[in-house]
Amino acid sequence: MKIKSPGRTSLSRRRFIVGSATVAGGGLALGLPFALDNGAGRAMAATAKSAVPEVNAWVVVMPDERCVIRIARSEMGQGTMTGLAQLVAEELECDWKKVATEFPTPGESLARKRVWGEMGTGGSRGIRTSQDYVRKGGAAARMMLLQAAADQWKVPVAELTVSNGVITHAASKRTTTYGKVAAAAAKLPPPDPATIKLKDPKDWKIAGKPMKRLDTADKLNGRQVYAIDVKLPGMRCAAIKDCPVFGGKLVSFDESKLAGRAGGPRAVRVSDSTVAVVADTWWRAKTALDALPIVWDEGPNAAQTSATIAAHLQEGLAAPTAYAMRNEGDALKAIAGAAKKVEAEYSTPFLAHATMEPMNCTAKFTPDRAEIWVATQNAEASLAALSEASGLPLEKCDVYKHLLGGGFGRRGGAQDYVRQAVAIAKQFPGVPIKMVWSREEDMTHDFYRPISQCRASAGLDENGKLVGLHVRVSGQSINAFLNQAAAKDGRDDRQLQGYYAAAGDAQLGYTVPNLLIEYAMRNTHVPVGPWRGVNTNQNAAYMECFIDEVARAANADPVEFRRALMQKHPKHLAVLNAVAAKADWGKPLPPGMHRGVAQFMGYGSYSAAVAEVSVNDKGKLKVHRMVLGVDCGHAVNPDQIAAQVEGSVAYGLSATFYGECTVDKGRIAETNFHTYEILRLKDMPKVETVVVPSFDFWGGVGEPTICVVAPAVMNAIAAATGKPVRSLPLKHLQMV
Amino acid sequence: MTRLNINGKVRDVEAEPETPLLWVIREQVGLTGTKYGCGVAQCGACSVHMNGEVLRSCSIPVSAVKATDKIVTIEGLSANSSHPVQEAWLALDVPQCGYCQSGQIMAAAALLRKKPNPTDDDIDEAMSNICRCGTYQRIRAAVRMAAATRVAATTSAPKPESRGGRS
Repeated sequence: MKIKSPGRTSLSRRRFIVGSATVAGGGLALGLPFALDNGAGRAMAATAKSAVPEVNAWVVVMPDERCVIRIARSEMGQGTMTGLAQLVAEELECDWKKVATEFPTPGESLARKRVWGEMGTGGSRGIRTSQDYVRKGGAAARMMLLQAAADQWKVPVAELTVSNGVITHAASKRTTTYGKVAAAAAKLPPPDPATIKLKDPKDWKIAGKPMKRLDTADKLNGRQVYAIDVKLPGMRCAAIKDCPVFGGKLVSFDESKLAGRAGGPRAVRVSDSTVAVVADTWWRAKTALDALPIVWDEGPNAAQTSATIAAHLQEGLAAPTAYAMRNEGDALKAIAGAAKKVEAEYSTPFLAHATMEPMNCTAKFTPDRAEIWVATQNAEASLAALSEASGLPLEKCDVYKHLLGGGFGRRGGAQDYVRQAVAIAKQFPGVPIKMVWSREEDMTHDFYRPISQCRASAGLDENGKLVGLHVRVSGQSINAFLNQAAAKDGRDDRQLQGYYAAAGDAQLGYTVPNLLIEYAMRNTHVPVGPWRGVNTNQNAAYMECFIDEVARAANADPVEFRRALMQKHPKHLAVLNAVAAKADWGKPLPPGMHRGVAQFMGYGSYSAAVAEVSVNDKGKLKVHRMVLGVDCGHAVNPDQIAAQVEGSVAYGLSATFYGECTVDKGRIAETNFHTYEILRLKDMPKVETVVVPSFDFWGGVGEPTICVVAPAVMNAIAAATGKPVRSLPLKHLQMV
Repeated sequence: MTRLNINGKVRDVEAEPETPLLWVIREQVGLTGTKYGCGVAQCGACSVHMNGEVLRSCSIPVSAVKATDKIVTIEGLSANSSHPVQEAWLALDVPQCGYCQSGQIMAAAALLRKKPNPTDDDIDEAMSNICRCGTYQRIRAAVRMAAATRVAATTSAPKPESRGGRS
């Protein structure tokens, strides 16, 4: 099957590598926001110029003492904006009650040698990969503010203390404030980076605490302006249709049939597979598009179905060769000669992200400048896509980032919606075009979580000890679609995420004397991409359900069996133990209730879960309670970590119970929430979160815990019914 | 021309009769707090109140709305986000991305208007809106908190509705 190349942004991204994030850059005056209401989608470039200079790239102190902290990463609900502000404010020693935030644009960052560093917000990296330089930015600003006060009073800076933005010279009983010395501080050179000392986290007062989110108030009253809510003078709205079959083409459309419709609709070709209708309102554009006669050339992919794809993957499970990422000892021999053998096959489907805010982008093009207003997880990738699609150099482009109505990986590198909006806007120079996808377009033109299958076999010795383990995953590669250099010759470690030998990122927590981990790349015509948790989801389901099957074959308790395999992985084990204790593992449950356990590692963090479920005599499943543990190293905001864990349970259970995108006639059959069901409140279990902080590393938070949700529930069902669960979603499972 | 009463204000709008109320609210009236999520009454992001009842505005044509029908959107729920539901949502930091929360809050406010002290089953039934971030645990807690606030207000003050805005 041929892979459609989406024309990624990777080449032009190289043009961004002109510098790295730095704490230098003090003293430059830049525009200041007129709206300090916590990054409500208003980027700096859209703000009025002000006379107040920044202390450095990360910090602006207003005369009224408000501290504006610049946030380079995107906020999509995961709380990173608040967490990053906590880290800067901690080192800055400002008054948390006076903190506001704003987003620098990628254009401004590029113009300043990428002073704000990477803007990409995926892979649960928002805090862990920028914590060092943002904390140093806050610390450098504090040092400059103190120096300005010392200069004013002509005393040694070492004699000053600061708390909540109030600077004190105890000897002379003088005080001043950040707001009063900010202008002078802005004129000072930035401190030598070697002199910047960060606080010991045990002394944290703002970071590490369950501070309230900075972005809640406007989400309660309709004031938050998402990209889909953008209004610009003279704006028109666009609805869009891509060929329903991936890889198909747009042949023709008949605009004359739109004559006389309200809103002055115009039909335009957007790409070789896409048509849009532009009108005065989106509803008029959408209904005109529905009425537009369109001829598609669906191409050979129209013959593809879920069955043909499943057969393609099944072939990969048995193929004579596959990429062996880990081959330690001789697993096949050990299993062949084992006293007891266990074998199982598993499968997981394509999944859509289904962010609540459908894909959208507002674009304005003139021959001299191109701008977009957009929800993006990667503002620099958006800028690159804008530049490419508009044909204008980066310097003549900019991106105004809004808070995202959900991301989950959909709004990262692909930027397909940016290219579309710009392609439309180029045909209406000077007219802002707001392009919004219908839910149906969103659900049928996603970059789906890749489909995969797994065959696992294990050998136990006479004592029930695991002597050999062979796991082969057959399925589609994200890298083969999005980043082909990382998937050469069928070798793609990322598809085996969570099974790595190396410590630190997504290490398998088990030690097995004979271990073979393989990947058989079997690509399809369906576009794939990262989906919250990416491949840890499928791989945790396979490994953790299989380990449970092996434990049962060994007549061992699932937790005890794991503990024996985890002695060389103390951090994995500590989280498993914390969760087992919190969930009262091993203690009796009320009749009809059953437990299941899982543990895994991803995004630099260690996770474990215990699920409590019941299955009634009619086969009705209920998940009553889930206990999840996570060790993410430093815990910047424990309440927001809990929120992410709770959310990951809901996202994970939606996939576990219902999530499935099937392929029929080459297209995705599920078009809206009636067929792509999402967990609702009535089925949300009670979630208890155990944060197990190690304080000796920085791990991710948004994604790590989702992967343990499905296997914990699947293992609990197996405990309830006595039958292993090997395929998702559970809506197809006959429980009784 | 269609005459609508939205948040206590009478407005005349120009829209085709089959246009969903949601899109009239968002595009003709310009109130964007009410969100588009699915267009088929599945997700509830478009929830508004009509005559005190919660309604999925994506699935009712504007021609079915009478000039006398009182529509309240999230923008009109209260002055200064002072409805007990909004206050509870703030106290528990319910929203993550926030996109669905206008609809969740409108659903919760309508529930508490009908059932000031809802049971868990009442909450299960009334709060059927989709939240993709998965804030359900906090939504449930916030509905309980708001109910407790309203019950307390009812027992201590003669006019509890004065706190709750127009709906």
